[in-house]
Amino acid sequence: MVVSMEKFKQRYRYSFILLYQLVVTDFKLRYQGSALGYIWTLLRPLFMFVILYLVFGVVFNAGASVPHYPVYLLLGILLWNYFSEVTNNGIQAISSKGDLLRKLNFPKYVIILAGSISAFINLVINFFVLIAFMAFAGVEVYWHASLFLLILAELFVLAIGMAFLLSALYVKFRDIGYIWEIIMQAGFYFTPILYPITLVIDRAPAIAQIQMFNPMAQIIQDARYLLITPKTSTFEQIFSTGWYRLWPIVAVVLFTVLAAWYFRRQSPNFAEDI
Amino acid sequence: MDDDIAIKVDGVYKNFKLPHEKTNSLKSLFMNIGKKRKKGYEVQHALKDVSFEVKKGEFFGIVGRNGSGKSTLLKIIAEIYQPTKGKVQKSGRLVPFIELGVGFNPELTGRENIYLNGGLLGFSKKEVDVMYDDIVTFAELEKFMDQKLKNYSSGMQVRLAFSMATRANADILVLDEVLAVGDEAFQRKCDEYFKIIKEDKTKTVILVTHSMDAVRRFCDRALFIQDTVVKAIGSKEDIANKYTLENLKMPSDMIAKKGEDYPDGLSERVPFFEITTNANKLLSNSDMLNFKISYKITDNTPINTKISILDESRGGYPIVQNGAGAIAKKGMNSLEYEFPLTLYNDTSLHIIATLDEEKTQKRIAFTNEGNSLRVVVRNSGRMSGSALLRREGEYYGRWKNGQADL
Repeated sequence: MVVSMEKFKQRYRYSFILLYQLVVTDFKLRYQGSALGYIWTLLRPLFMFVILYLVFGVVFNAGASVPHYPVYLLLGILLWNYFSEVTNNGIQAISSKGDLLRKLNFPKYVIILAGSISAFINLVINFFVLIAFMAFAGVEVYWHASLFLLILAELFVLAIGMAFLLSALYVKFRDIGYIWEIIMQAGFYFTPILYPITLVIDRAPAIAQIQMFNPMAQIIQDARYLLITPKTSTFEQIFSTGWYRLWPIVAVVLFTVLAAWYFRRQSPNFAEDI
Repeated sequence: MDDDIAIKVDGVYKNFKLPHEKTNSLKSLFMNIGKKRKKGYEVQHALKDVSFEVKKGEFFGIVGRNGSGKSTLLKIIAEIYQPTKGKVQKSGRLVPFIELGVGFNPELTGRENIYLNGGLLGFSKKEVDVMYDDIVTFAELEKFMDQKLKNYSSGMQVRLAFSMATRANADILVLDEVLAVGDEAFQRKCDEYFKIIKEDKTKTVILVTHSMDAVRRFCDRALFIQDTVVKAIGSKEDIANKYTLENLKMPSDMIAKKGEDYPDGLSERVPFFEITTNANKLLSNSDMLNFKISYKITDNTPINTKISILDESRGGYPIVQNGAGAIAKKGMNSLEYEFPLTLYNDTSLHIIATLDEEKTQKRIAFTNEGNSLRVVVRNSGRMSGSALLRREGEYYGRWKNGQADL
């Protein structure tokens, strides 16, 4: 066991060192030259939240049926923003490092992993704001809230898988950048972030079912169920029986394994394809 | 792979696909579906069947002209590019220096860049902590470490990058000649560093260079690559000489084709003029330089033949000029010339000649690039630095024969 641990350390030593340096550098560079610096990490999602809350919560009253709608909305936005940050940065992560890739051979996955971890640290910082909001709104927290860590793990795996696929595709087909932008815009509304999925279930249950096949919808609904209110329709409730219940985990794991495999297969050619 | 081999390159081919039109968009991908498969790219062969081995502890040179494939070979050895066919095996940790200061970020301070670059070289934060002061001292940048790199002069950046490079903890170092930039003081540091790693028998070095001087000073063996294939592998002297000789050959496009106007220096009156040698073009300084001047003239006007021997290694300054008077006979003429090289150190000589009318001093012909002669001289005796003449003479005065002479 000790021997294999040593071997593991030897094998991944360089990757660890690189990963650490890339994450640290990303943090140093992120808000360089801006007066408020890291505070923007908190302000950006908060402003987005305020705007969306005013439009959908106050004007359209979309969350009338949901207890603690503002916190419910904020949680959805934070999780979506994380996914959006990882994939949008990931898409160009490899090709923007072209200069480095042509001078040095190093494990390419570290670039994607570093971007993912940077975004995850931001997400964690933002969660402190969410916790403050939850306390302020008087949200009751149960023991099953700890299961939320599993949902976070699922989100991390899904986002990094998507980043692997997109970054490797982008090296060959630059159009992917624009296509992904459109998908993300559509996805923001197709995923129940601003409105509760129950609104769709009432009118067109079949569409709600299709919507829930989107892993981001399942992740956001499960997170809300665990942290904010049990009055949230989760994937399990919508597909209460049968093998459907395995879909989220199978889809996310299988997708990420395939994406990582594709990335790994393409990575030796990155230096000359970029 | 044998234990004493550091790098084994085995039958390596590399082809690049050069697209006619950059086709990395989805549209062109879809548009081309169903069409008859027309190749959208040309295949460029960058390397063909390259095989060689580098022993552990060796300082190995790779020489070749621009476009010969040597940089591609370097990148394949460094695993930056994948070979199309064949394989490369290595034993030990390899660190390439295709360029100095890889990964340097202008928005970070000198200190932050040291840690970042250190990470790329495989050093953990703790390891960089330990050598940080040495790196800064060596680069002579103590006062600037908290300034952003973008405010450094290029000289300062190179110093910092080089200081990092000398720390590289590798069994195999792959160096591109771009390292040899910077001012004279920096060049000296580079030279010193090369000498140190040459002495260090635990380190294997592969150096890609144009400079035959560097090959002769540092390398144990070298490889000469030309037009994507290995032309020769051998001792440093052998390769340096072959490379220099190869570069003496004139590219064919500089020699005018037959049937067109007369090439530079020739005319209807003197349609043929050339300098040739039967002897080797690579000479030792114990040899005699021997060449023949031949020309064809269509009249009997008396003319003078003049030759110049130019020192090409040192800027083309003439070291000998000599004329022979008033020989002229309609038809083919030839003269031979002999010149002792005993005094000379390493050099490349360019031998040119002119024909002048004796009476009017009017120049009627000269040898152009294509029909003049180039030879290389190698000092077979004691190394004499980069001087034109061999090391000769004795010291008198305070010291004589290693003894004080007061």
